[in-house]
Amino acid sequence: MKKTYDVVDRTNRITKNACGQPKKTYDAVVIGSGPAGLAAARSLKDSGIKRVIVVEREDNPGGILLQCIHNGFGLHRFREELTGPEYAERYFELARRSGAEILLKACVLDIRPEDDEKSVTILSEDLGLVTLKCKAIILAMGCRERNRGNINIPGSRPAGIMTAGLAQKLVNILGVLPGKEVLILGSGDIGLIMARRLTWEGAHVLGVVEVQPYPGGLARNIVQCLNDFNIPLYLSHTVSNIYGNRRIEAAEISPIGRHLEPKQEDSFTLSCDTLLLSVGLIPENELSLKAGVALDPVTRGPVVDSDLMTSVPGIFACGNVLHVHDLVDYVSEESENTGARAALYIRGELKKVREVAVKSGNLVRYVLPARVKAGARALLSLRPIAPAEGVYLLAKTDGEIIYKRKYRRILPSEMLRIPLKEVPAAAGNLEISFSPEAV
Amino acid sequence: MSEETGKESLLCTNCPLGCRLEVEYGKKELIAVEGNKCKKGLEYAEKEIFHPVRIITTTVSIAGASIPLIPVKTDPGVPKELSFRVVACASKLRVKAPVKAGAVLIEDVLDTGSNLVATRTVEAENS
Repeated sequence: MKKTYDVVDRTNRITKNACGQPKKTYDAVVIGSGPAGLAAARSLKDSGIKRVIVVEREDNPGGILLQCIHNGFGLHRFREELTGPEYAERYFELARRSGAEILLKACVLDIRPEDDEKSVTILSEDLGLVTLKCKAIILAMGCRERNRGNINIPGSRPAGIMTAGLAQKLVNILGVLPGKEVLILGSGDIGLIMARRLTWEGAHVLGVVEVQPYPGGLARNIVQCLNDFNIPLYLSHTVSNIYGNRRIEAAEISPIGRHLEPKQEDSFTLSCDTLLLSVGLIPENELSLKAGVALDPVTRGPVVDSDLMTSVPGIFACGNVLHVHDLVDYVSEESENTGARAALYIRGELKKVREVAVKSGNLVRYVLPARVKAGARALLSLRPIAPAEGVYLLAKTDGEIIYKRKYRRILPSEMLRIPLKEVPAAAGNLEISFSPEAV
Repeated sequence: MSEETGKESLLCTNCPLGCRLEVEYGKKELIAVEGNKCKKGLEYAEKEIFHPVRIITTTVSIAGASIPLIPVKTDPGVPKELSFRVVACASKLRVKAPVKAGAVLIEDVLDTGSNLVATRTVEAENS
């Protein structure tokens, strides 16, 4: 092993045995060193768990935050406005100081839940093929971007069409400008941030096209990333055709009809050499599926109970692999919670109490977790299906309201968090819904 | 728009409501603001019309590291019309690893009183 990495605690490295086969048993293996993994690892260590390792496939810890060089992170967590790399560095320091090991350039190939002892097979640049044994696994792999294949844009298949996050990596990490005449499909925050970033770096951003009648990103990003640069936002429009052979040359943009169909008779064409897609994120759960973890068809993340444990005992999940968040601050909070629950599991102290199923009612796209403990407090995360104004959020157990809150406005792009002081001990079910009335 | 007064539509960014503000303003003060649902909208309009400020985040070339760029920000924000010039300043700059997060790379950038500050710790590459 010639190469060593500063971030790996050398006194506590995985050691190879006589056959050259690395062997080590851990209490917990955390998969991914983004904000979720770092927060979970730190929380496990702080809860008194001894052997915790974070496995990261990239060269540096921090995950996708490293390429999010813009500011706006940490307002809730640190009460100051940080950039992505600054936020990542804070959590990396917290994780490192807590004593968690971090193994870089190591890709997890497989996880196997075998009763008490689970195994995690990794391919590491340093160590080769290694299987780690552990009591608990924390899934913290994050999410990936939806691409052209996910949204079926018709037309030719030339170069120059990529996700906004890939463009972000090219510009912010590698120093490469992906194109000069750029059109962006999708008004999620990454797309808006990239509109500004590419403009600053000398590209011409022709516009942002959004299929919905409202923008997907925060008002702040509409103002500071589009309006500041007079970049047009085409709401209720979509890209309905792509032209070009080797490289994209133009895109056809059509208004959207009532049934989301493109009205091509009213379409117009813009010349461009690049099309960025900012059309949503999908939790990355290939490993979870291999381990037999049940996924929720709505969030596309694992179904978890009140301890954020998946359907496989001892496998926990947190962050964007569980459900896509809009604020990293909430990822950190959720992941610290997951780490603390996993610590209880490892010590055999996770008490199983009766759980109450949580249902999504009117206007609710999903609620997480899927079950809460009867007779205990609960923190729910949820997203509405559509924007609405002046609505009440109601939590009902067996038809009785136990929590009520008025929102002046709800948006699908803003996750809501509901703290329930106590779920009644006798509750049969819990339904979360929005209502125009306070009853 | 006359020389004395102007009109502008703004989107308030204080909260998720995102009120659309119709603002009429004179040389030094607001004349009328419509569309704000709270008084924060007035403060926002005042600031956005007379001295809009932005934190600029971009990258600087770094030598002797395993990565080619180090991310930077202006601390604190600078007048928004200077954003392109700040980015141009940053792209001309060359720094050498190691650089710690928080290190000032350009002091008082463009005489704004703001510093250009590294936002990531980049170690020197082991050779």
